Amino acid sequence: MTAGLVTPPRPESRHQVLLATTATASGVIMLMFGMLGIWLRFRDLAPLRASSNGTKMIRDWLPSDIKIPEVATNTILVTLVMACVIAQWAVYATRRDDSSHASLALAIVALLGIAAINAQVAVYLQMGIGVRDGAYQTMFYAVTGTMTVLLLSGVVFSLVALFRALAGRLGDRQVMSAHALYWYVLTAAFGSMWFIVYVQK
Amino acid sequence: MSALDVNSALSANPSHAHGSIGVVGTTAEWITTTDHKRIGRLFISGVLIWLIGVMGVAVVLGVERIDPNSSVVPVDSIVQLFSFFRTGIALGVMAPLFIGLGIVIIPLQVGARAIAFARLSLFGFYSWLIGSGVVVFSIIGNGGPSGGNMAMVDAYLLGVGLIIVGLFAASISVVTTVIGNRSSSVPMAEIPMFAWSVLVGGVGLIVTLPIHLGSLIYAAVDHHYDRLVFGGNFGIDKWIGGAFGQPQTFIYVIPVLGVLAEIAATSDRMRKTMRTGLYFGVGIMSTALLGAVTGTQHLFEWTGSMSDKLISAIPFALFNLLPLLGILIVLGMSLLALKNDSSGLLAPLVPALLGVGMVFTGMLGHAVQMISSADLSGTVFEEGVSVYIGYGAVLVAIGAIAHWSNELWGKSLPYGVIIGLGVAGFMATVFASLPYYIAGFTNQTANSVADFKDAGANALWNTSVTVGHVLMALVVIGFVSVVLKPSHSTTEATS
Repeated sequence: MTAGLVTPPRPESRHQVLLATTATASGVIMLMFGMLGIWLRFRDLAPLRASSNGTKMIRDWLPSDIKIPEVATNTILVTLVMACVIAQWAVYATRRDDSSHASLALAIVALLGIAAINAQVAVYLQMGIGVRDGAYQTMFYAVTGTMTVLLLSGVVFSLVALFRALAGRLGDRQVMSAHALYWYVLTAAFGSMWFIVYVQK
Repeated sequence: MSALDVNSALSANPSHAHGSIGVVGTTAEWITTTDHKRIGRLFISGVLIWLIGVMGVAVVLGVERIDPNSSVVPVDSIVQLFSFFRTGIALGVMAPLFIGLGIVIIPLQVGARAIAFARLSLFGFYSWLIGSGVVVFSIIGNGGPSGGNMAMVDAYLLGVGLIIVGLFAASISVVTTVIGNRSSSVPMAEIPMFAWSVLVGGVGLIVTLPIHLGSLIYAAVDHHYDRLVFGGNFGIDKWIGGAFGQPQTFIYVIPVLGVLAEIAATSDRMRKTMRTGLYFGVGIMSTALLGAVTGTQHLFEWTGSMSDKLISAIPFALFNLLPLLGILIVLGMSLLALKNDSSGLLAPLVPALLGVGMVFTGMLGHAVQMISSADLSGTVFEEGVSVYIGYGAVLVAIGAIAHWSNELWGKSLPYGVIIGLGVAGFMATVFASLPYYIAGFTNQTANSVADFKDAGANALWNTSVTVGHVLMALVVIGFVSVVLKPSHSTTEATS
């Protein structure tokens, strides 16, 4: 028998990737909540005016000629919820060492992320407003644009995790968990924005 | 010391391991390094450049204020100089100083083989460095808050954004190292005080910096287009000024408590009996997060009925006095440890102790400023607070670098010089700050070189401030020359 080198024990893993993702996710939450806080502050400071049917007084915040395409915005939210489910599927597949399902799940999450970004662009096109048109428009593009960039970062994360999975690096299960966590946080951030910007307006 | 250095000889000078690689090779190694000691030293070197610039500008502004009728620099440059000072002392000096120190020291303290996500840490440095460069050039080009060149104002906002992203990335690296890369022989309940304080401060940065980034995104989008909402170039201070002012600066300097506790806790007896109190003190200082996250400043109204006073006193105490309590606890315990410690006074303790005292004075000044009847808002009192905290942090950093000089530069620093520099730095800080505390009560306007009610007295205060900044610059230059001096005869001096 060959006396082989004894492999030293691996240092105890404390989920560095998961920790770093948690920290980043905290930053994402604070960024979006901070921006939404400023949004709410401006909306609250807007003067009162009569509603279009004259039945009640409303804040003169959303210009009356702007219509938010609610189908597209709702679709984004549903898409992101689906992305969370699929991201969890990737975690489940990784636990079972099922490389093909994990890769498939990650690819679908990336596609769903791209679909959500595409839907956001569709929202911009359907609304047809310019960033210079007024206070609402400027802030609308700032907050939704930031969210779109964050979604793009989620897609990049999915692609990186996908390449790792395709390369057979399924041993790092924490990457999959971190990936799922990041999508949960993105969905929560978008959900908050969806409610304040698209529903409450 | 408690640091666990697993490979200090190699990492202190990695080029030795590869033989002679030439200037280009060495430069390339430094630019692309993933060695935590090098990344940390890059941060500290960058901070030094900022610090020299900030002190130079402070001297120019001080000279301008001595005689408002004569001008050293063009009058329309004054606003930019104030912007440079405020941005520089907060985001160029205070915030990255302890991140840089943490990147060097923390892996050694927690027994990690390296910093977690070294490339993220390096990215953080480059983002901060490039952002710093953009900020400096934009301010020179008439950008910055209230700047007249719109493109340069946009560039300034971009630069501040890059700085925030860089600090955020480096904070993630440091925090992950403390929690995730720790050796199993260093349980969380026993991590060194400096590591604990950087962890608390790092979490504070991770939580607060994105909020400032959000405000900055709004301000940048608004400014780049039609400047309808956020006041254009004149609204920048209002919307992103929180990143440069109090209480955000309290978060930047939380690690000063860890440095002091680390140096003071030289005896095992201190560590066993008082560690919990020290952890607690650092944690309490982090309550400054309340004000930084909410972006609110709660004034204490000294008018109205007793119930009115109580109603305003509670949030005032929560937001302004609680962080002070934390610093008091650590200061008190450190002094108690000194009393119990039979090994004598370590030289690095002098600048560290005096520096924390200066930070405390700054925070106390901020609390006084929050008393509405003091009527200090908009006066140079605010500048005094910033200088106390900023220079106090620099003094603590001098103590920290002297304490860990072996880990940082592979040599010990002469203790007599460190004590002298600490005392000189303390005097410089008092000279540069205290007069503004006094002038604040005479309503000397902040961010202005004129508009004085009592020109004679103000000339005296401003002369003192200028001398203080010059002295501090000499202290920093003296310290750098000591650090860069090839070798020293180590004197483990106690006095």
